[in-house]
Amino acid sequence: MNATALPAVIRMKDLTKVFATDEVETHALSNVSLDIARGEYVSIGGPSGCGKSTLLSILGLLDSPTGGAYELNNRPVSELPASERARVRNREIGFIFQSFNLIGDLTVFENVELPLTYRGMRPADRRQRVTDALERVGMAHRAKHLPSQLSGGQQQRVAVARAVAGEPVILLADEPTGNLDSKSGEAVMELLHELHRAGATICMVTHDPRYARHAQRNIHLFDGRIVDEPEEERQWADADLPS
Amino acid sequence: MLISLRDLERTYPQGVARSYVLRRINVDIKEGEFVSIMGPSGAGKSTLLHILGMHDAAWSGEYFFQDQPVHKMSAKQRSELHKRHIGFVFQSYHLLDNLTVYENLEIPLSYRDVGRKERQSIVAETLDRFQIVAKKDLYPSQLSGGQQQLVGVARAVIAHPQILLADEPTGNLHSEQGKEIMELFRKLNDAGTTIVQVTHSDVNAAYGSRIIHLRDGWVVDD
Repeated sequence: MNATALPAVIRMKDLTKVFATDEVETHALSNVSLDIARGEYVSIGGPSGCGKSTLLSILGLLDSPTGGAYELNNRPVSELPASERARVRNREIGFIFQSFNLIGDLTVFENVELPLTYRGMRPADRRQRVTDALERVGMAHRAKHLPSQLSGGQQQRVAVARAVAGEPVILLADEPTGNLDSKSGEAVMELLHELHRAGATICMVTHDPRYARHAQRNIHLFDGRIVDEPEEERQWADADLPS
Repeated sequence: MLISLRDLERTYPQGVARSYVLRRINVDIKEGEFVSIMGPSGAGKSTLLHILGMHDAAWSGEYFFQDQPVHKMSAKQRSELHKRHIGFVFQSYHLLDNLTVYENLEIPLSYRDVGRKERQSIVAETLDRFQIVAKKDLYPSQLSGGQQQLVGVARAVIAHPQILLADEPTGNLHSEQGKEIMELFRKLNDAGTTIVQVTHSDVNAAYGSRIIHLRDGWVVDD
């Protein structure tokens, strides 16, 4: 077994996800195989209903696959019990959501601190990590503010700080610019780009090809499968046609 | 008296002048009341609620919380008071999508010195009380809006705050789900929780015992 020598952070092999509702089986994902190497910046795109959110939920250990194998950081995770999955998720994965997902009555500092509190990290270490993370995203001067006192772009920067504060092995971003105007969206993209240059592994779901261009590798899903991408299909996907 | 406001005012700079959002507010709220703040958009309802919740400190006048002068407190003291005594429910729930229902409920407890064992028992008791035990390992995205807000309310009251503040708590819900949340507020209030909600809905306001009407920053009817 020399698997540990390989630099893959994510290894997915023949992953499937089937939803069963009223005698109808929906194959949200069919035999998806995907490796993401340490330090890579990957985008996942495709039309609505193509399975990209399902794939991201499985990547982020928010959901489990129906079949196939998933190794995160050289460790099989598809069959972990819920409590263990939650622990791995908290330590290994940093999430960035479209809607920022900050808690309105906690300050910027407390929002960033929250995932660290769950690990039982000592207060002094926590403070240091939070301060460092806020400095990385240029929001240290806003540590005591509440989310409602910030613009959308600034809130997303705080959410990025929260995601990186725990030093996860991978950052998962779900349409991180979806609620932002194009200028703030570009600023958040620039921030992800900087984090990538500094060594972060990033996997971003976006249906916007302008933002996908920031990634090194673009993966396209169509009807739950990874597809190659000839030019005409790209235009198809961009139009976001109902499937 | 739980809350007393004396000549409270909130202004924003507007060029060289100042524009008033709240004007000479004098309001007392007793323990056990269920108050609705109503009025047209821009009347200052949410501003008032966020001042009560100690999210906003840029006001003038006097605010006493259980006879303690909030207007004389440092930011740190205010924040302590907020964490210990106030539960807040948001229109858009403010649950964390990457945490389970169980973990979302734990959040307010992680900010107090509650030991692990005790935390577990408080969360378990709350899951029971709100009848969401079966949902404890689910994520917010796996719940309906009404269920998410149920978790939002459970989280707001899990640490037994003196007062529950709610900003349009049913604003994102269907009327049936909204009704369930209001029934829940009524039960919490019957059990002794003081509630102040901002609402546009006469139906929601009818669950409360008192309505404060704001217009252009003034209390016009109480």
